[in-house]
Amino acid sequence: MKQIIYEIIDTRQLTETVFEMKLRGDVSGIKCGQFVNLLIDGLYLRRPISVCDLNGDTLTLVYKVVGKGTQKMSEMKVGEKLDVLTQLGNGYDLSLSGKSPLLIGGGVGVPPMFLCAKRLIGGGKSVTVVLGFNTKEEIFYEEEFKKLGAKVIVTTVDGSYGVKGFVIDAMKDLEYTYFYTCGPEPMLKAVYNASKTSGQFSFEERMGCGFGACMGCSCKTLYGNKRICKDGPVLVKEEIIWEK
Amino acid sequence: MGEMKVNLCGIEIDNPVIPASGTFGYGYEFAEFYDINCLGTFSFKGTTKEPRFGNPTPRIAECYAGMINAVGLQNPGVDKVIEEELPRLAKCFSKKVMANVGGFSVEEYVHTATLLDKQEQVGWLEINISCPNVHAGGVNFGSSEKGAYEIISAVKKSVNKPVIAKLSPNVTDITAIAKAVEDAGADGVSLINTLLGMRIDLRTRKPVIANKMGGFSGPAIFPVAVRMVYQVANAVKIPVIGMGGISSAEDVIEMMLAGATAVEVGAANLINPYASKQIIEDLPAVMKKYKIENLKDIIKGVK
Repeated sequence: MKQIIYEIIDTRQLTETVFEMKLRGDVSGIKCGQFVNLLIDGLYLRRPISVCDLNGDTLTLVYKVVGKGTQKMSEMKVGEKLDVLTQLGNGYDLSLSGKSPLLIGGGVGVPPMFLCAKRLIGGGKSVTVVLGFNTKEEIFYEEEFKKLGAKVIVTTVDGSYGVKGFVIDAMKDLEYTYFYTCGPEPMLKAVYNASKTSGQFSFEERMGCGFGACMGCSCKTLYGNKRICKDGPVLVKEEIIWEK
Repeated sequence: MGEMKVNLCGIEIDNPVIPASGTFGYGYEFAEFYDINCLGTFSFKGTTKEPRFGNPTPRIAECYAGMINAVGLQNPGVDKVIEEELPRLAKCFSKKVMANVGGFSVEEYVHTATLLDKQEQVGWLEINISCPNVHAGGVNFGSSEKGAYEIISAVKKSVNKPVIAKLSPNVTDITAIAKAVEDAGADGVSLINTLLGMRIDLRTRKPVIANKMGGFSGPAIFPVAVRMVYQVANAVKIPVIGMGGISSAEDVIEMMLAGATAVEVGAANLINPYASKQIIEDLPAVMKKYKIENLKDIIKGVK
């Protein structure tokens, strides 16, 4: 864990509600699947946002505007400084991927899949990515994943682009050695039931601190109680208990 | 440089700044950020006889200048705390720690307090009779003079170390409860625990917190805390630990003027993991600014 002051060097609107923010500063030690926790002027609790990409001294965050915090983020300008806690959470264990891992991202669960794909492809793996959205208008990062060299399949619930249906409809015919996924909990549960191999799931929960102190975001697993922020957000398939 | 040492129930501490229970785990999460030996002491996560998961999630909600939590005393149980957490803490904290004890019956409080009392590392026992997130048959021990007296006198008879009763603000007259625990033999009181609060999500029309209500903390409650510390300090003779929204060295001094011998810093640790360290580092300059040579001289110094 580290506290870093970053400078915003670029912002970009990707869809009606999804934004990209590039931050310059110390990114050392940040792993794929981890998150950062941003202090936002005028709001009390920090906002946890997953790491989308790392490049030299640049950290890329992609987030959806869902409330006050992300709304304020979307209004921030290049040059502004941000107080950020980094290296939070366990991250994905990429060593278990096998030769041809599958990455499944749903909506705002797509961003953490990007660094995953980049690292796996960099490690010589053959990566297939399934990106799930509701409509064509909500799609982002398809081209970015293709540029990495991943095989990309997009699904839309309304069938306005790519495969009609949910991510699991695209997963059915795929062969893979392992999988990594992030997305809304109903999607994670569907992936859990549809998957043919072991894999890792990234979870969301309302957090107090983000670094394991307040016990606000605990969950039960077959391996005992875990804090989503510290022992997670990534859980392995074999330990998950679906409660909700 | 001004003197920051204070005497807390017979034990001198280097400064009056104490991270509050529930916001500092068992210490080692913060030792990753800084050397926690700079603290006066800290109060570790509320510990009960049996392991507890706590309440269902979500159990955190944001508020203006504060937050609501409904964690519900998640902890590994006193046996595991003694076997695993305290040895782990010993590696990063060489001072006496304050053991925070929770429970659901007189027997449970006494059981947990007795075991923790025997631990060399433990300096004080802070008895939480005020957690808003757990209920013993619908009644909170800390909300009646009789219940508070019963718990504290039973614990006091079974332990040797100083007993500090942590009081709830969710009562009609906090001074009556403070007097009851003083009569029961408490060596000190700490206050205030969180205020019972609630938020509702406009989209779902459901409470944000799964347990509906939770404990409201953060800077928003500071004035309530100062008022209650002032009232209690004028009602009892035992030391008062003041807490509730403390976020700066100035807040520490204000709370001590109101009557606190020491202070606990809670929610601030969750927003800024360096908060307690920063407050300690800021104290000398703030003391100088207000011409304070010795912190203990300002306790109950409000005119």
